[in-house]
Amino acid sequence: MNAVEVQGVWKYFGDYPALRDLTLAVPRGSCMALLGRNGAGKTTLLRILAGLSRPAKGTVTILGADTRARASRVGVGVLGHGIGVYEELSAIENLRLFARLYGVENPERTASEWLERAGLERVRDGLVREFSRGMRQRLAVARAFLHEPTLLLLDEPFTALDDRAIAVLQTLLRRARDEGRSIIMSTHQLREALELATDVALINRGRLAYTGPRTDEMLNDPGWLYRNYGEA
Amino acid sequence: MTPAGSIATTVKPELAALRWVRGAAAVCAKDLRSELRSKDTINASLSFALVILLLFSFAFDPGVDTVREISGGLLWLVFAFAGALVLNRSYARELVNDCLDALLSSPVSGAQLFLGKCVANFVLLVAVEVICIPVFGIFYNVNWTRHLGQLAITFALGTWALTVIGTMFSAMTVNLRLRELMLPILVYPMMIPALMAAIQLTTVLMAGNTVSADNLIWFKVLIGFDIIFTILGVSFVDTVLIG
Amino acid sequence: MRNRIIVILAFAAAALLSFNLYKVFMVLPDELNQGAIYRIIYIHVPSAITCFTCFFAALVSSVLYLAKKDMRFDGVAAAATEVGVVFASIVLVTGSIWARIIWGIWWTWDARLTSMFVCWLLYAGYLMLRRAIDEPGQRARLCAVMSIFAFTDVIIVWKSIEWWRTQHPGPVLSIRNGGGMGPGMEAPIWWNYLALVMLATILIMVRMRQEDIRREIDSMRRWAHAL
Repeated sequence: MNAVEVQGVWKYFGDYPALRDLTLAVPRGSCMALLGRNGAGKTTLLRILAGLSRPAKGTVTILGADTRARASRVGVGVLGHGIGVYEELSAIENLRLFARLYGVENPERTASEWLERAGLERVRDGLVREFSRGMRQRLAVARAFLHEPTLLLLDEPFTALDDRAIAVLQTLLRRARDEGRSIIMSTHQLREALELATDVALINRGRLAYTGPRTDEMLNDPGWLYRNYGEA
Repeated sequence: MTPAGSIATTVKPELAALRWVRGAAAVCAKDLRSELRSKDTINASLSFALVILLLFSFAFDPGVDTVREISGGLLWLVFAFAGALVLNRSYARELVNDCLDALLSSPVSGAQLFLGKCVANFVLLVAVEVICIPVFGIFYNVNWTRHLGQLAITFALGTWALTVIGTMFSAMTVNLRLRELMLPILVYPMMIPALMAAIQLTTVLMAGNTVSADNLIWFKVLIGFDIIFTILGVSFVDTVLIG
Repeated sequence: MRNRIIVILAFAAAALLSFNLYKVFMVLPDELNQGAIYRIIYIHVPSAITCFTCFFAALVSSVLYLAKKDMRFDGVAAAATEVGVVFASIVLVTGSIWARIIWGIWWTWDARLTSMFVCWLLYAGYLMLRRAIDEPGQRARLCAVMSIFAFTDVIIVWKSIEWWRTQHPGPVLSIRNGGGMGPGMEAPIWWNYLALVMLATILIMVRMRQEDIRREIDSMRRWAHAL
């Protein structure tokens, strides 16, 4: 069973088809870099996979189940554009909350562990509204990973991260990939993403322009894909 | 730690129910903690309610008979408007940092989210009422303690009605461009039947009388309203949030 | 085909209304207590029942849209609600005129009038909601839920004169086990209802045609974008 199966998906915003007849399979344990220009439909696709939106036509399954089913939700970790943590709560309170929502066995311990992994144990009880940008990003990463998701969805995760946050994220992603978790990551930062990726998919104006394993050629010449399969 | 390839297995019904309650409770606790730390909305709500009550007393200096007639109407109008300040922000506050997305993509169902928020909002609204009613008693010379049990039930039922409607429509309008405009237009008419019932009962009780058979219909209206709109809210909140 | 139905219905409605008008004004005697003005009941009551019929049609359509996600149901719901609001306005206006003459006041806040006014506000709110949302899918979804919520008030309006002692006259129609009217007085209400329902159907069909055309334009725009 594939981690993700997208079949013939269409999604409209008003008149505009953001996704057109998109069909994509993401194998288990793969780390897929989702490439495409701005407005190509990457975020739209990721939102559907995250259960935040439904396609107008077509089917989407995650680990064989519907995107809104609890079985899917429990196994998916999402890191979108917004950091998804509460300003008025402390770092530990935020992580504890999401640990509870995801049904983690020992929320307190898990939250503490991940606080350490994100390098935030010293500001454990600090309110997020006082955090720097980098600290918020690291907390967001902890939130996305703490329930040990089988599938990770990341929408431009390296954008606007400071060095420390990038390091934390890369370590976590590498570890996740080694543990056999599936990752779908949309990105503009080709270098960081292609290093981690095992597969790539290029979306062009809502359609799938190319999908296949990540080759060394792509790694050495990141623009290759866009030149051959992207828009002129 | 969940192994990397597994899918969550099915759970016994008792455990599932407990998990459901825990999820809703986590959302409720989060809302309350968040609000009590900043106190933005609760302060605005409380100030508004107290100012209107005091201004009314000052402007009209109502005599005993007038107060007897208007007590229910005045109190419930004040609580409807003050409550709206709390209820309108219920889902809108989740838009900061895209927290609504984080919640919706978690295993928490729309129903858990809805009821968790309703309970949190209910607590906040009751807090405002508990402060305002004694103030009302002082400035309008009304003895509100005579039928405290029935008054408490009336306020509980009426406040829950306002909460359920307000929270539901907050969810419905959260993604709209014209949210600030549409929310009052939709919410106040929807609340009117419950407000009418609550007003009638409160007026009777504030005048020192107990609720007679004549007025029992209003209790039934409130209870029916609460049950129906809680069910409708829980059923449709997922539909309005996921597009 | 649709045009033919509209024309047939139009003729039938016109015929019925003319016949009833004749009956109401020429044949029936004045009512004992109210005098001539009671004849307004022959617009007021059928309009009310027609308005509820329209809102019920909107409710069914909305539920069907949520179940099937077919945009045509959204079109029916929108059209039916618009026509319903028109008839609701007629109810409120004719009722006020009658009230002014009989009770001496234009309005009172009893259970029936209040709930009817709320009904008007809620469905007017529905129409405002439609205008506030640009995206067709989101608009259909949210308005369908609004329609379901708003219908709860229709039930309150219908039952209000049974549940409460209201200033509005109590039940008189035979279907409600009411006090009953004089001989031959109730029938025109139901004939007028039939005529008004036909009229409502025509209006809804015309309005729906407009919605169909708009949807076609929408989908043509979509195809143009897709190229």
